[in-house]
Amino acid sequence: MGTVFSFDIRDPCTPAIEAALAEAVAWLRHVDEVFSTYRPDSTISRLARGELLLAECCEEVREVLALCKSAVRVSGGWFSHLAGGTLDPSGLVKGWSVERASRILYEAGARNTCVNGGGDLQLRGEAAPGVPWRVGIAHPLRAGELCVVVTGRDLAVATSGCAERGAHILNPHQGVPARGHASLTVVGTGLTTTDAYATAAFAMGDMARDWLQSLDGYEGFAVTPDGGSWCTDGFPGVLPGALPGVLPRVLPGTRTGAQDP
Amino acid sequence: MRRAVLATASTSTLVVVLLALKPHHTTALADRAPVPVPAPSGTVPSGPSDPAAGPAAGNGTYTGDPVDTRYGTVQVSVTVGAGHLTGVKVLQAPSGDGHSRRVTAAAVPRLTQEALSAGSAHIDAVSGASYTSQGYIRSLQSALDRAGG
Repeated sequence: MGTVFSFDIRDPCTPAIEAALAEAVAWLRHVDEVFSTYRPDSTISRLARGELLLAECCEEVREVLALCKSAVRVSGGWFSHLAGGTLDPSGLVKGWSVERASRILYEAGARNTCVNGGGDLQLRGEAAPGVPWRVGIAHPLRAGELCVVVTGRDLAVATSGCAERGAHILNPHQGVPARGHASLTVVGTGLTTTDAYATAAFAMGDMARDWLQSLDGYEGFAVTPDGGSWCTDGFPGVLPGALPGVLPRVLPGTRTGAQDP
Repeated sequence: MRRAVLATASTSTLVVVLLALKPHHTTALADRAPVPVPAPSGTVPSGPSDPAAGPAAGNGTYTGDPVDTRYGTVQVSVTVGAGHLTGVKVLQAPSGDGHSRRVTAAAVPRLTQEALSAGSAHIDAVSGASYTSQGYIRSLQSALDRAGG
């Protein structure tokens, strides 16, 4: 199995956008070659085995490891790229690579795009003129159903959970699978941190809600194993049945146009 | 990159790429060409046709190849109407041990939802599913290839 990436571009196609789409696909392949921990010849595998020094790695590896360290710091160690004692920045690389792919399209003039990496999304602009993006969150306990719909412009949506692939997020402090939630969704502006924080919050279990509530620019929603749910105060979501009549709340600070760093 | 399989009147583009960033991959996936599929969307205004798109697809139902995976055989068919993907039907899915059944029960509706999500009037994308079914995507692609003629 692999991760499926998809690009949904809502702007009129131009030669520049078409070229950028090819560039974005090539970028993801490059990331896979450098960062896949399942390829023994990847840079990250060789670094983990001690065959390479960090100084010998490409700039991207140093950038990713710096971002990992920042996520570890912000999350109080609940995000970890060293869980189990092995170097594995995968928890951050996917969101980072999707955010960069989104930027490649943006710089070529694609202002309204959705880049999806395995169900984690970086969205720019809007779905159609005057129409915000609507992102369904898959219900972790009821196959094929949505539990909430997130609405907004220029936002990132990441969901951590154990529904399909079994428990796969470890509590980095105890080395056991995290079990406090069936799934946990974080909404922010950039997918790099949004995805890493979703992983961290999932690992946190009961402390996730207070932690997400304390973070500026991020909102959270979670489904508990018994089917209950909670969300942070500013979460920009509505129940699927409420659409399209109800005006959804929009995450403060997400109507900012371009979100280039 | 392979040609777009279906022409679409809208200018949106959906390209699916399979990479090995996540656990349980098979390396063969990383060698696959990107798989463009149409982005059917009732909400996007029609624009000039994408010059890169292939010939207009014929309406009808097309059956994909059965694809063997480590979990069992996967086969889907697609229904195309007005150049858009309007339905995905799972003809075969793994049903072996209890775990496989649970994975299939959770994954297949989500994959179908993903394939069709852009066609929904109210949902543009789905977060939370882990779209990792190689067999589904490959069978879907072969069905789309047939639809694209």
